[in-house]
Amino acid sequence: MKKYFYEFLKGIIKENPTFVLVLGLCPTLAVSVSVINGIGMGIAATFVLLGSNVIISLIKNIIPDRIRIPCFIVVIATFVTITEMMMKAYSPVLDRALGIYVPLIVVNCIVLGRAEAYAQKQTVLNSLFDGLGMGVGFTLALILISGIREFLGAGKILGHTLVKGFQPAFVLGMPSGALLVIGLLLGFFNVLKNRRE
Amino acid sequence: MNAAQFLTIFISAVFIYNVILSRFLGLCSFVAISKETKPAMAMSLSVMFVTTMSSIITWFIYKFLLIPFGLTYLRTISFILVIATFVQFVEMVIRKISPPLYRFFGIYLPLITVNCAVLGVAVLNVDMFFINGRATPGSFYYSLFQGICVGLGYALAMLLMSGIRERLDLCDVPKAVKDFPLAFIIASIMSLSFLGFNGFRF
Repeated sequence: MKKYFYEFLKGIIKENPTFVLVLGLCPTLAVSVSVINGIGMGIAATFVLLGSNVIISLIKNIIPDRIRIPCFIVVIATFVTITEMMMKAYSPVLDRALGIYVPLIVVNCIVLGRAEAYAQKQTVLNSLFDGLGMGVGFTLALILISGIREFLGAGKILGHTLVKGFQPAFVLGMPSGALLVIGLLLGFFNVLKNRRE
Repeated sequence: MNAAQFLTIFISAVFIYNVILSRFLGLCSFVAISKETKPAMAMSLSVMFVTTMSSIITWFIYKFLLIPFGLTYLRTISFILVIATFVQFVEMVIRKISPPLYRFFGIYLPLITVNCAVLGVAVLNVDMFFINGRATPGSFYYSLFQGICVGLGYALAMLLMSGIRERLDLCDVPKAVKDFPLAFIIASIMSLSFLGFNGFRF
């Protein structure tokens, strides 16, 4: 049990997909305008990661090595299509807010990266917890970035005003603000890492 | 089909909604390969070629396969498979026909399969030029042109960035922001300056 817990935890801090592995930044930056979009994207990506990791570790022995990447992509694309249809049916507002970034989960490097680097060599349970941990790590990173952007860029968190009379800086809600926040956060985590060493 | 529409597509794809700086597509390759101008150039040309070709191919697939059979929900799977196959095929052809060209482009081609910009253009074309499951007049030419323009926008951002980073090599930067963080901060400033094109309309 402890082993599975470790597999789960490593995705959150030690191998955080966004801040440590620096993978899958396109959706991270594009949807992090508000916390609710960030959470939606995080859940969608977690579902895809979980599903593709489990299926790929189940069928790893029957996939020929030379065409494994197309096989992985088909599995991932299937889960993305499921997510897309579910989102359209149950939460059309979120679907419109996330736009083309939902189908683009297919080319999110985290999902293919985990399939290639982890799921195709590991047992089903390990892959399941790895996928879950990576998904949660990704979601937490999205919440952090979108929290900063929504608070400083619109003065709100989840649509609620926190500080009265606070004049937000609109630039953080724009694309350039996303790049600035992620750049500064990466630098900040580098400082922490250097200090520990 | 008219000239103004083409001009609008050009301006919005290259400047206002630049693939990298505004839509954040293809960001991974943008940060990883923009350290020097020459590889950046090779990557940009490969992306331009693949976005153009995949715009054409996905248009045909959507119009003649997915719509008539009512399979539009399969667009993500079919597009990504066709793009991956096409890229693999081009890589094989280049390797066979021209080894020097392969050395120049070849290593970047496999990377393009998972470049969000390529799938992004295909999905955008479908979203923009197919209304209620029907192709709008001239949609083929618009899709093709948008493919080219998105590639151009990618090349523009890539070349600007690689030029700046080549110069930064000579500067003394703090250890914490070296490489990735600094690249993002520069991209942020570039994105801010591209914002000046906002509201440019015909």
